[in-house]
Amino acid sequence: MKVPGLAGRVSAQPIKDQALEARQFGSRALTAFLLLAAAVVLLALRYFYLQVVSYEEFATRSVNNQVRVVPAPPNRGLIYDRRGRPVAENRPAYRLELVPEKVGDLEETIAALGRIVELPPDVLETFQAERKRYRDFDSVPLKFNLTETEVARFAVDRHRYNGIEVVPYLARHYPYGELLTHVLGYVGRLDADDLQRVDSGNYRGTTHIGKDGIERYYEDQLHGTSGVEKIETNAQGRTLQVLGREAPVHGDDLILSLDMQVQQAAWEALGDRPGAVVAIDPNDGSVLALVSKPAFDANLFVHGISGEAYRAILDAPGRPLYNRALLGGYEPGSTMKPYIGLAGLELGAITVDHRVFSNGRFFLPGVSKPFRDWKKGGHGWVNIYGAIEQSVNTYFYQLALNLGIDRMHDYLAQFGFGARSGLDLLGENAGVLPSRDWKRGHLGQPWYPGETVIAGIGQGFNVATPVQLANAVAVLANGGTLFEPRLLYARKPAGDEQARRVAAPVAQQVPISDRANWDIIREGMHRVVHGERGTARAIRPDPPLQIAGKSGTSQVAAQAEDEDMDENTASHLRHHALFVAYAPFERPSIAVAAVVEHGGGGSRNAAPVARAVIEAWLGQAQ
Amino acid sequence: MKRLLPSWFGWPQLDAPLLLGLLVLMAFGLVVLYSASGASMDTVYRQAVRIGAGLVALLILSQVPPHILRIWTPWIYALGVMLLLATWFFGTGRSTSRWLDLGVIRFQPSEIMKLAVPMMMAWYLHPRRLPPDWASIAFALLILGLPAFLIARQPDLGTALLVAASGIFVLFLSGLQWRLIFGLAGLAAAVAPALWFVMREYQRQRVLTFLDPESDPLGSGWNIIQSKIAVGSGGLLGKGWLNGTQSRLEFIPERHTDFILAVLSEEFGLLGVLLLFSLYLFIVGRGLYIASLARMTYGRLLAGSLSLTFFVYLMVNAGMVSGLLPVVGVPLPLISYGGTSIVTLLAGFGILMSIYGHRNFIR
Repeated sequence: MKVPGLAGRVSAQPIKDQALEARQFGSRALTAFLLLAAAVVLLALRYFYLQVVSYEEFATRSVNNQVRVVPAPPNRGLIYDRRGRPVAENRPAYRLELVPEKVGDLEETIAALGRIVELPPDVLETFQAERKRYRDFDSVPLKFNLTETEVARFAVDRHRYNGIEVVPYLARHYPYGELLTHVLGYVGRLDADDLQRVDSGNYRGTTHIGKDGIERYYEDQLHGTSGVEKIETNAQGRTLQVLGREAPVHGDDLILSLDMQVQQAAWEALGDRPGAVVAIDPNDGSVLALVSKPAFDANLFVHGISGEAYRAILDAPGRPLYNRALLGGYEPGSTMKPYIGLAGLELGAITVDHRVFSNGRFFLPGVSKPFRDWKKGGHGWVNIYGAIEQSVNTYFYQLALNLGIDRMHDYLAQFGFGARSGLDLLGENAGVLPSRDWKRGHLGQPWYPGETVIAGIGQGFNVATPVQLANAVAVLANGGTLFEPRLLYARKPAGDEQARRVAAPVAQQVPISDRANWDIIREGMHRVVHGERGTARAIRPDPPLQIAGKSGTSQVAAQAEDEDMDENTASHLRHHALFVAYAPFERPSIAVAAVVEHGGGGSRNAAPVARAVIEAWLGQAQ
Repeated sequence: MKRLLPSWFGWPQLDAPLLLGLLVLMAFGLVVLYSASGASMDTVYRQAVRIGAGLVALLILSQVPPHILRIWTPWIYALGVMLLLATWFFGTGRSTSRWLDLGVIRFQPSEIMKLAVPMMMAWYLHPRRLPPDWASIAFALLILGLPAFLIARQPDLGTALLVAASGIFVLFLSGLQWRLIFGLAGLAAAVAPALWFVMREYQRQRVLTFLDPESDPLGSGWNIIQSKIAVGSGGLLGKGWLNGTQSRLEFIPERHTDFILAVLSEEFGLLGVLLLFSLYLFIVGRGLYIASLARMTYGRLLAGSLSLTFFVYLMVNAGMVSGLLPVVGVPLPLISYGGTSIVTLLAGFGILMSIYGHRNFIR
């Protein structure tokens, strides 16, 4: 068979029989006409069915249709701290809504509105973007949070604006402002991306959605279930009366485990320095305080932040948008020593009588550069108690070599290092707990003994977040239980009298070979604060309170031989100060990690922050 | 004196019955549009201007003899395909890339294809012996398949189906054997479920909503439910012009564009609907009659296909408004408010007029 080409004339083909083709066409055309006549009959029958057979039904529905069904959005659940102080509330506010189909010339109308209501370009941009997810006969929000003057001015001119209305609604408000931003996050205008992750049917009347923090993590509980309202409308579509409603189910109220007094104390103790504080109740894994500084006022985001205000936040020193408590990766430094000491005791690498002589410099065979103690000339002979109390590097250099990096890794992993804690906020940093496998997988390089040595004092590849640091010290305090820490303490569904406790799940139990080993480490940490030579003896509290703690310094820049960091060092090169602690020593009820960025030494700068937090918690009637 | 116009240009030789049918239909359409737009004389005026532009296109095309059109056909088709490819890369428009923005005007290249595809099919088949052999059928399917695919991808399933239908009609009219027709139809029916997997989310939603509109009465089911209420409540005689409560109360979305038939049904009742259907049937019948008068294969196939495609518009739109078919964006031909479709349709009828005027030509 000849393959047909694109040429207009194909001479090789048999001669066309024009008369036959005309006849063929005629019969086909007739067939087609009969077929479509049949189709018209079918269509006509359908219309006959709708308009004659079902006339009664549809006529009734048409009359009822002056009743319009509109979604009734649920009220967002409120958020409280553990003592019932409201930390996220709903305030009555007014917004301007517009039905594009009814206003006629949209641009003209908006220009006219701009003379009585402030409409900055940002607002108009958002409006144009948002419009797309509404139908033309739907009411689209134009501007939120109108001032009283704007409402009054619009009321005077209302008759001139067909299809535009001022609508009351509940606006989110955060009474504590920046103090809780990194915990609560905030709600913002619902956009197309948000609709991808929620049931859009349930959000038909909703304008705001949790964008970050608790507001985002517990969006489903806080939002509730949308209802519908039957509204009688007049010919212009204006509401005459509400005929009935299927009530929305309001969102759950959430009670957080945070204590605002502790939160406030942590915030103030940090002062103007960037840093983070996390406090956890070691008995149940509930978070008592979570501070990251600097922060910003979340209320700015609720009504749609202006480009100018947003740039101001972006340009502010210290990156206020960055949640240090959750995302900040710090070298844990000496705060790791108690766990490494415990690993040594539990795994049998050392005993309580094991002693090491510190002369200030520790050498690896074949390496000329020494690993140093923080004190020139060293600390002399020390056992495990002294090694923790005075933070003796040499002791832990030797111990790390005895344990080896992989045993150390496996033991420390049980305290939550190197893995997300599972806290109920999104975007947590997993940190790094190095091992041979980790280094091969991430850097494609073999492990060197020198790296084991510095891992013994929490340096090198080690990275931990303040949340991880606090959660790990809570394990020491409670004797071996690693929780997935929780900010949510209880949940009160709409209509329930009582809030329901939400317990933090247990992530794992650290196996214990001898309880006495744990007591040795705890005593070492006790001496850090209460001992003669304790590195943090300056924060020793008034009796009877007793605190166990451990300081740490997170290196920012490599330190040259014999060069000391002091107040004269440029602040951005100064080390981060770390302190972990728990109290009371005998029956712990709070575990804290404090990080002061570029604060210098941990004992001097971070320890007082930890103490302030502990005292704020224990100072209250429990 | 030299003639200013080409030698083939003469005084209009228009088919009076067809022209009359079109004018009556469009006049009826303007009356309904006045009501559907909420008594907006402005809307009616703008629609009238478009109809005027379409009639000018009709007059011009009616003077171009079919054989001239035939010579230009491959170029027009190629241009159309290239413009479609351009929308792929430079398309504008709300969430779909149907429009091409040329600065001065924005238009949908898919409109050109509504004419270019049947033209190209007729051009391809006219020198061949009919009914076509296997290879010709395969190549012809390629001619219609390429633009249909490009349009469906925009995504504009409604127009893609119309374009494909216009091509298939050419094949049908070329005398394709019945066993082949049934075979291909069977194949299409077997492949149809696979479409589900290439459909976009909103398209699937429309199918689901079509199957059970009450499942989402506030959302996508709204159109179908409200439209059916409007049609049904119209009854036998209708509520009267400007008295449709469904449409006055703005319950019908797109009531002056894709759903204008709902307004007509509500206000003029079953009688109005039957009158409308009769007008369409008359126009299509007249179109087929003109096609059968043509002496040339090209004109015959083209005229037939244009007439039948015109009818498909009605079927799809009337089916959608009455809840028989899912919601696809197909306007009620010559009546729905909106730009390019009226001009394209009238241009198509211009070609029909030309085939009528030059029916005795043999070239």
